[in-house]
Parts: sequence; structure tokens; C-alpha cells
Amino acid sequence: MSVAKKARAAQSRTKMRVAKNRDLVIGIASPLALLLVWELCARLGAIDTRFFPAPSQVGARLAALVASGALWSDTAASLTRLFWGTLLGGIPALALGIVMGLSRPIRAVFDPLVAATYPIPKSAILPLILLIFGLGEASKIVMVATGVFYPVLINAMAGVMEINKIYLDVGHNFKASRWQVFTTIALPGAMPLIMTGVKLGVGMGLILITIAEMVGAESGLGHMIWNAWEILSVETMYVGLIVVALLGFLFSLALTELERWLVPWKAAR
Amino acid sequence: MSDYSIQHNLAQAAAAGEAAAPKIRIHNLAKIFETRRGRFAALDDVSLDIPVGCFFMIVGPSGCGKTTLLRILGGLEFETHGSVEVAHSGSARPLNSMVFQGDSLFPWMTVWQNAAYGLTMRGRPRAEIEEVVGHYLSRIGLTRFKDAYPHQLSGGMRQRVSIARAFANDPEILLMDEPFSALDEQNKLLLQGELLRIWDETRKTVLFITHSVDEAVTLGDRILVMSAHPGKVKTVIDVPFERPRQVLELRARPEYGALVYNIWDELRDEVRRARAQDEEGVRS
Ligand SMILES: Nc1ncnc2c1ncn2[C@@H]1O[C@H](COP(=O)(O)OP(=O)(O)OP(=O)(O)O)[C@@H](O)[C@H]1O
Ligand SMILES: [Mg+2]
Repeated sequence: MSVAKKARAAQSRTKMRVAKNRDLVIGIASPLALLLVWELCARLGAIDTRFFPAPSQVGARLAALVASGALWSDTAASLTRLFWGTLLGGIPALALGIVMGLSRPIRAVFDPLVAATYPIPKSAILPLILLIFGLGEASKIVMVATGVFYPVLINAMAGVMEINKIYLDVGHNFKASRWQVFTTIALPGAMPLIMTGVKLGVGMGLILITIAEMVGAESGLGHMIWNAWEILSVETMYVGLIVVALLGFLFSLALTELERWLVPWKAAR
Repeated sequence: MSDYSIQHNLAQAAAAGEAAAPKIRIHNLAKIFETRRGRFAALDDVSLDIPVGCFFMIVGPSGCGKTTLLRILGGLEFETHGSVEVAHSGSARPLNSMVFQGDSLFPWMTVWQNAAYGLTMRGRPRAEIEEVVGHYLSRIGLTRFKDAYPHQLSGGMRQRVSIARAFANDPEILLMDEPFSALDEQNKLLLQGELLRIWDETRKTVLFITHSVDEAVTLGDRILVMSAHPGKVKTVIDVPFERPRQVLELRARPEYGALVYNIWDELRDEVRRARAQDEEGVRS
């Protein structure tokens, strides 16, 4: 490489780094600026603090709820339901999705069922689920499960169907059993799309658990938000919203990390 | 035939070359694909005997049904008419393993896992897998890349791994579908030499498809020239060269050139015919 070229390459690398740092600064500064403007407006009475309490007020409430342990117990309740619901919905969806992707007859049986039930808004079946499973934990977990089930199923099936047929030929020629085809070809081959399904599913699960907890629950972040409305404690409501948003963000980070680990052959590119 | 008599026959066949029962007997084989545009005859009335331990080469114009023939032998496709009989030695070894045309390594497995696939599926003991896979990876010169994923390899390296995968499985019959077509000339030469050496140790029955007449003459005991669509046996030519062979030394011999010329002569009309068919197809 010539000196001039090297210099240019170094220059463009520096430019790139500068641009990245600038993006980071803007990324942090702009929400901070917004909070500052909000705080000022609230203090000056420019906005109605009954609906938009000052960030400092919300912060104080957050600290109080953390100190009393109330926030933690609600968050733990929601997380527990989300966890069991994800397993309850995700594992059967994974198995059925892969089998549907592999077998045409099984796909023919289940495809119409999935197509017919998928468009029903999951929130709309909450009353039915409450009727069947009662007001306890079961109905919350089932709500999450229905939300996780469809995206995982549909993506797992699509993932298997997109696997190049030559890989199944290899499995056949090397005498892989049905189970071995499932574990060594279908599952890893569909994994990139399965992870997309899991991300969508967990996001949907988070939405549904907050909704489900608003109706007839005694704990959880959804209950906390709903209860705050009933007692007109708008700061608590904001604390609940912040925690839900934060959970969504953390899940997406964690799942991206999990994906890198499960699909090293794609992430490395 | 009892297992004993099959084995007995095979032993005799190995001893007498081809006097006894062939390893593979293909009789009046035809394959018709049902497509949306109608029935398409890929193979028509193919009859062949392939002796035990024969290095059997298949050449023919593109689209003449070479891959289809190999896939039928590999159990991946079924014949429409006729029959294929394969003599099983009765051992626990797998009957055949295929080196596929084009990329067929699992992208989600490392080089080592890919090469070990056949043995792993058959539940062989770990120590055996380690030894056999290690052996073949070093034979193809990829020991250093055993933990790499296929997308980190060149096309030629990937093709070498898929050759190792088939060999490591230790089948009675190797089905190789243009295994060297993705390789550069130097690597092809090296691997042809390596393949001949490995084959000399094992003397497996090999069916090997190639587009290269040079390759066919260099490697094969016998060369099947197929006719253009529908695929038929045009002629079968014996290669008289002794073994073990030295690739470069062989190519310098006058008989080599003469044989290559003969085969080209057989092939030329078929390639022209295939061209004409393709153009007709485009027009219609
Ligand atoms: N599954 C299929 N359905 C329909 N037609 C097929 C199918 N597989 C192969 N064919 C057709 O059969 C013919 C023979 O195909 P095949 O792959 O055996 O050719 P080939 O001799 O291996 O060609 P090449 O040298 O280009 O690899 C081709 O015309 C192809 O279009
Ligand atoms: Mg082919």
C-alpha cells in the first residue's frame, strides 16, 4: 500500500470513529435534553403535571418504590409469568413448527388452523382465558403463551422450509434417523429464523402480560400501572411504564446475545 | 443368495477382477420426471455392470442425467423402470456415501463436525471418530481448519471437506459427483494424486462423474460416455493404464493422448446434440 493510500485509509478510519462517537453523544444528549425541557416546563407550569409529572417527581417515586421493595416484587411477579408463559408457548411451537416444516401432510393438517386463529388479537381472548383458567396465575401464563406461540411456530416452520433441500439429501444419504434429521439439520438450519420468532414472541408476551395483569391481578407491573390509575398516582404509573420499557430493551439485548451464541455461523459474517 | 455366498462371490470377484458377480448391476434403468411442463425422460434404458473395486468414470454432456443416475444409486431418487442391484458385503459398513455436486456442507457445523457426520449418525465410538476424521482431514490438508465454519473456507476447501466426509464414512461404494470441479488446476492435480493414493489403500468401488476427459482417463478403470437427453449408454471404454498411477507421468505418455482423443470423439457429437436441444428448448 502506498503512503498516500495508507494515510487516506487512516483518515477514513478516524472519520468513522469520530462519526461513531458523535452518534453516541447525540444518542445520550437528546433524551437528556428532552427530560430537561420537560422538567422546566413542569416547574414553570407550562404543562399539566397531573398528566405529565416532572421527571424529578417520577425519579423520587422510583426511589421510594425500590426502597420499599414494592417495585421489585411486582417486577418479579411479571418476570415469573413471562418466563413460564414463554416456555409453555415456545416449546410446543418450536416442536410443531419444525415438524410442520418437515412434513407436508402435517402442514396440511395444521396450516388452516394456524391461519384461522393467528389473526385473532390475543388481547381479545383475555376474557375467554379468564373464564377458563380463572383469575390466578394460570390465566396470565396462558396469555403470554398464546403471544409467544404464533411467532415462534410460524418462523420455525418458515425456517425449516427455507433449508436448502441438499442438506436433507445429505442427511438421507448418511443415514440420519428422523430424530437426527430433526436435531442436526432442521433445528440448527432453522435457528436464525427461530430466533427472530422468539424475539417477536417475547415482545408480544411482554405486551400481553401487562394487559393481563391489569385485569384481576394482585401483583405485577400491569397491576401496578392499573392500580396507579385507580388511585390517581400518576408518578407510579410512569415508574411502571419505564420499567416495562426497560425490560423490553434488556430482553432484546439478551436475545441478540443468545442468538450470537446459538448461530455462530451467521454472526461471524 | 445367502450372506455367505454373497461374500464368497465378492471375494472371488475381487480376486478375479470382474469375472464374478458385479458390485452394481443396472438393468434397463429409466427415469422419468413428472414436471409441470410434462414428462421429462432423464435416463432411458441404461444397462451397466460395475465390478467390485472398479474406479468407474461417467462423462456426458451437461443435463444428460449423470447426477440422476448417481442419486438413484444413492437412494435419493427412485427409478421409473428397470432395476438396480447392489451386492452388499454383509459387513456393518454403509453401502454408499455421496460427494454432492456443489455446496453441501452444513453451514452450522464446523469442518470437523461436517467430516464426522456419517460416523456420528451411525453412532460410532468417539475414539474411532477422532482417529478416522483426523486422518482424512490431514490427508486433504485441512487439519488447521478443523474448527472453522464452511463460510470461512474457500470453495475448493469446502469441496475437500465434503470428500473427507464421504471417505471417513468408509462406505463400500463412493459416489462422487464432480468433486473437483470447484478446484483450481493446481489443487485439482494434487487432490487427484491424493485420491488415487487413498483409493489404492482401500480399493473401494467408485463412481465418479466429471466433465473433464483428462480427469476421466487419469483416474478411471473404465469410462462410461453417456448420450445427450435422454441419457443412455453411448459407449463404455476401458482404461488400460496400470496402477498405481502417477498423474503427471501418465499424462506425458502418447497412449494417454490417444485415449483422450478417442473419448472426445465419442463425446463431441453428444455435446453438440445437447446444445441443439437446449436451443430448441429456448425457442419453443
Ligand atoms: N427433480 C427434477 N425434476 C425435474 N427434472 C429434473 C429433476 N432433476 C433433474 N431433472 C432434469 O433431468 C435432466 C438430467 O439432470 P442431471 O442433474 O442428472 O444432469 P447432469 O448430467 O448431472 O448435468 P450436469 O453435468 O450439468 O450436472 C436435466 O435435464 C434436468 O433438468
Ligand atoms: Mg450433475
